[in-house]
Amino acid sequence: MSSHTDGKFGAYGGQYVPEALMPAIEELRDAYERYVLDNEDGFMDEFRKRLADFGGRPTPLQRADQLSDRYDTEVYLKREDLLHGGAHKLNNALGQVLLAKYMGKERIIAETGAGQHGTATAMAAAHLDMPCEIFMGSTDINRQRPNVFRMRLNGAAVNPVTTGRGTLKEAISETMRDWATNVEDTHYVIGSIVGPDPFPRMVRDFQSVIGEEAREQIREQTGQLPDSVVACAGGGSNTMGAFDAFREDEAVDLIAVEAGGSSLDVDEETGVAPNSATLSTGEEGVLHGARTKLLQDSDGQIMESHSVSAGLDYAGVGPELAHLVDSGRVQAANVDDEVALEAFHRLSQREGIIPALESAHAFGYLDENPDAVGDVTVLNLSGRGDKDLETVIEETEQRDLDVDVDMSVFAEAER
Amino acid sequence: MSNDAIDAVFEAGDPAFIPYLVAGDPDYESSLAYVEALDRGGADIIELGLPFSEPIAEGSTIQDAIVRSLEAGMTPERFFDFVGDLDVEAPLVCMTYYNLVYQYGQQRGPRDFVERAASAGISGLVIPDLPAEEADPLRAACDEHDLDLVFIVAPTTEGERLTRMMDRVSGYVYVQARLGTTGARDDVSDQTDESLARLADWDVPKAVGFGIKTGEHAERIVSAGADGIIVGSALVDIVAAGAANDEPIEAVADRLESKARELTDGAVRGLTSAPDADT
Ligand SMILES: Cc1ncc(COP(=O)(O)O)c(C=O)c1O
Repeated sequence: MSSHTDGKFGAYGGQYVPEALMPAIEELRDAYERYVLDNEDGFMDEFRKRLADFGGRPTPLQRADQLSDRYDTEVYLKREDLLHGGAHKLNNALGQVLLAKYMGKERIIAETGAGQHGTATAMAAAHLDMPCEIFMGSTDINRQRPNVFRMRLNGAAVNPVTTGRGTLKEAISETMRDWATNVEDTHYVIGSIVGPDPFPRMVRDFQSVIGEEAREQIREQTGQLPDSVVACAGGGSNTMGAFDAFREDEAVDLIAVEAGGSSLDVDEETGVAPNSATLSTGEEGVLHGARTKLLQDSDGQIMESHSVSAGLDYAGVGPELAHLVDSGRVQAANVDDEVALEAFHRLSQREGIIPALESAHAFGYLDENPDAVGDVTVLNLSGRGDKDLETVIEETEQRDLDVDVDMSVFAEAER
Repeated sequence: MSNDAIDAVFEAGDPAFIPYLVAGDPDYESSLAYVEALDRGGADIIELGLPFSEPIAEGSTIQDAIVRSLEAGMTPERFFDFVGDLDVEAPLVCMTYYNLVYQYGQQRGPRDFVERAASAGISGLVIPDLPAEEADPLRAACDEHDLDLVFIVAPTTEGERLTRMMDRVSGYVYVQARLGTTGARDDVSDQTDESLARLADWDVPKAVGFGIKTGEHAERIVSAGADGIIVGSALVDIVAAGAANDEPIEAVADRLESKARELTDGAVRGLTSAPDADT
């Protein structure tokens, strides 16, 4: 674990929040340093035990035989899709809900985009007996219905956010407003390495178990370190989680794959960027508590982002990841909606794994750049795709992809 | 270090009535008339919102106003034109979010924005997402151009944080009457009294805002020791109703002016029962 005690990563990071939240953020910073960094009261021991018993860690590192053949490269999958809940999100949610408990907080709130973080938070809150409310954009509620069911089934309230385009950005703003109102008894479980310090480093530390395990596992299985680690990046929590343990292994390339959406062009007039490629195309600015790279117009108004994958659909990115891209340690890449959809189908058909659309972006990168990952690569399979089935079928029908999934069986069955 | 026009308001002794509207809500022309109506109604300082797309400190009333203004084409550049077109006596304080300040002009950072604001005739700034910890570059730019930098004191602000803020504030402090976001309320919070008590030893004017809606609220808050009252959502509500019903500009302006009078009168009544009233 690397520590940036001032909460800055180069020029990025910091604490740009309303004054009402500052004492809570200072309290959180103190709790993070005591319980997470110093393992006070055995916090980290309890966290790891619960991640194992409740979460099912460690997750496997699996050689993908058919992809390895296809790309003539040793492809290993870090199977975060097998973590309880179906995505890496539980690592962070369980850590933060447990921390809230140690801090004596009585209520949990969280934003969610794809619904994976909301689901993970709802599960962790039920598991640790804390009341929980999730804020979710109305667009996302409609495109991620299975996760809405899951949150409700776990007993969480789901509050629709109807401002703006009704996606992750609006959900984060609304959760911050709730926190500013109920800050005295409530903890905000932020879902990625974004927001004011200490969130970016704390969420990274809860997620870094991904890379710690993967580093051990790849050495056990191949006797060496990989040439590259590839992960998708929305806010960047699965990304930094996978990369952190390899940070000092300079020979290991770290590749963050963002959503190229339908195009990298932006429409200043309407304030829409039809992508979420913040690391590749964004400019420095201040949003949701941190200075980082953003999709914004020339005045500094935040753009509406877009991606076929709700979990990548965000106009900002974690400040640490922005810094590591600037410094050259992490390479930023992006793949568009179509490439991600094709990769989704390929993994489903060739490996028997239905990935989350977010994770499919990392596989899309492999398909487009098989020569860029070296002889041995670890891909972070950040989540499973059950939540995306409806979207994928719809989006596939609208396009002329190399893959063809015929769903006429439903019509046949009705006859 | 501070702005003379704002100092003069508080030196005059009467409680300051500080209304807030989003510039350009629901459109440029109407908004000019509305702000001027508040000036006629007794505004001592006017806080003008420059709309930002992610207003995390705002409740739904002001969020909606921001959307109306942005949809009608408000930008930082047009905001400065707006300030130039206004015919008002009260000094103007610009309330916006840090990213707009940071991006403005040729180079990133607050200097270009502050320079332009000063030349447009702005007397001070309030930036709700910029805590004292991150404010030094902006504070320095404001000093260079004699702009006040107003900080918001929350019910949760105390100890070292309060000191840090008081070291950097000028003009007045914005005492947030309750936790949460902006929005008109039907009661006045006890948190206000506690906050005013915590600030009693600091020699800077204290203006209370967040939730004030009626002349009675204004009276009660001034009698609790406030040097001024800040009223936003209750006025934005009037603008919103006018926009929703497509009312003539004058009718809405009249209603804003009489609401301003009600609030000013309430504040003045409060002065006679204030703890340190020496009359
Ligand atoms: C499976 C999966 N992967 C990745 C992401 C993107 O988040 P992050 O970039 O923080 O890992 C999400 C977000 O919801 C997700 O559900």
